Amino acid sequence: MIDIIHQYWRAFLYTDGYTMTGVAMTLWLLVISCLIGFCLAVPLAIARNARNPFLRGPVWVYVFVFTGTPLYVQLLIIYTGVYSLSIVQHTSFLNAFFRQGIDCTLLAFGLNTGAYTTQIFAGAMRDTAFGEIEAARAIGMSGFTLYRRIIIPSALRRALPMYSNEVILMLHSTTLAFTATVPDILKIANDANSATYEPFWSFGIAAVLYLCISFSLIFMFRRAEQRFLAFLRP
Amino acid sequence: MFNLAGYGPTILAGTLTTIELSVLTLAVSFLIGLIGASAKLSRSRIAVGVATVYTTIIRGVPDLVLMLLLFYSLQIWLNDLTDALGLDQINLDPFTSGVITLGFIYGAYFTETFRGALMAVPRGQMEAARSFGMRRFYAFRRILFPQMMRYALPGLANNWQVILKATALVSIIGLSDIIKATQDAGKATFRAFFFSVLAAVVYLVLTTATNGILLMLERRYAIGVRKPAL
Repeated sequence: MIDIIHQYWRAFLYTDGYTMTGVAMTLWLLVISCLIGFCLAVPLAIARNARNPFLRGPVWVYVFVFTGTPLYVQLLIIYTGVYSLSIVQHTSFLNAFFRQGIDCTLLAFGLNTGAYTTQIFAGAMRDTAFGEIEAARAIGMSGFTLYRRIIIPSALRRALPMYSNEVILMLHSTTLAFTATVPDILKIANDANSATYEPFWSFGIAAVLYLCISFSLIFMFRRAEQRFLAFLRP
Repeated sequence: MFNLAGYGPTILAGTLTTIELSVLTLAVSFLIGLIGASAKLSRSRIAVGVATVYTTIIRGVPDLVLMLLLFYSLQIWLNDLTDALGLDQINLDPFTSGVITLGFIYGAYFTETFRGALMAVPRGQMEAARSFGMRRFYAFRRILFPQMMRYALPGLANNWQVILKATALVSIIGLSDIIKATQDAGKATFRAFFFSVLAAVVYLVLTTATNGILLMLERRYAIGVRKPAL
């Protein structure tokens, strides 16, 4: 165990001497995919609640497909599947994008967490108190202002507990990145295991690191909830 | 376009493996969940402590990390055990270790689901059953369990979907499931996109179909509940 820590601590935390690895890589994956997911989810959640079926339908299909299939399959489609198409290989821009494991990983993770986040936000928007919307209409707010000033701020706050769950699950999902050759914590643990044949300690160290990240995320979200959900306290 | 290039039987076998694995995992984690929930609600401090450590650690660590940890370590521990007892080496196949590890992991999630459901059943129900002279286990089977299932089913349905999707990970530890079958087919025929999408479609069908079954079960267990008409 001491050997593994002595030899791999730097790789586990931030770098293997060439690129960003370990905890730094995992956090980077988490932050970027959650950002992509969030930016997708807010407009899609509005569309999901729209009265127009041509807006609502496609979003429903997107959420259905991405929440109904495993993330690993989505990653495989994007990483090995899309690259095998001849159109992609012969378009230089697409070729450059899909050849990089990290690009494919971020795309798959972003689309996946975007679908789950859309579902969470759409639910929260649907639960907005009827009176709030009525009052906003009564003082003459247009549709856009209504969303910007009333529905979105309130829905995002109320979605916070569910959203924190989704972020923790996303942290757990980032482990799949190592199948696309992205050097996250699990990849380093896997390397340490193949070099030392000590699976318990190699993966155990990774588990402790993930546990620490999980607990810090839970702590941060609890603080955020205290701040943003103060108005809901009994 | 829809040409399986002779890989139809392999993919079908892989699909069956995936279904078997998920159902067995569900059974194992269901049992562990019941035991864990009773431990968490028991009066023994040690049982509560052990169950709390179990659920906290398992739910804080990604399932793939735990799976690799247990998959590689289980065989080593088993070898140490058989060496110490002077027995022949027992080899764990990926399927068995897949069921053990996934069941152990999702048992923690089931523990939390069942704990919440057990607490939702009014205390008087168990008291009444006991005062009728029912034995503990009998009262649990006839009184507590059917009422608890109604509260547990939404969480259970959610856990089932997660388990079904988590079985995709066992191809990483070398089980020939649907993912492995479609990936092999894709590599051999140079149509990786088509076969990966096929795997996704199979999963989509499985999740949608089982969702329907669970909705029916939910209606079955909610049979005596009156819904307020709004």
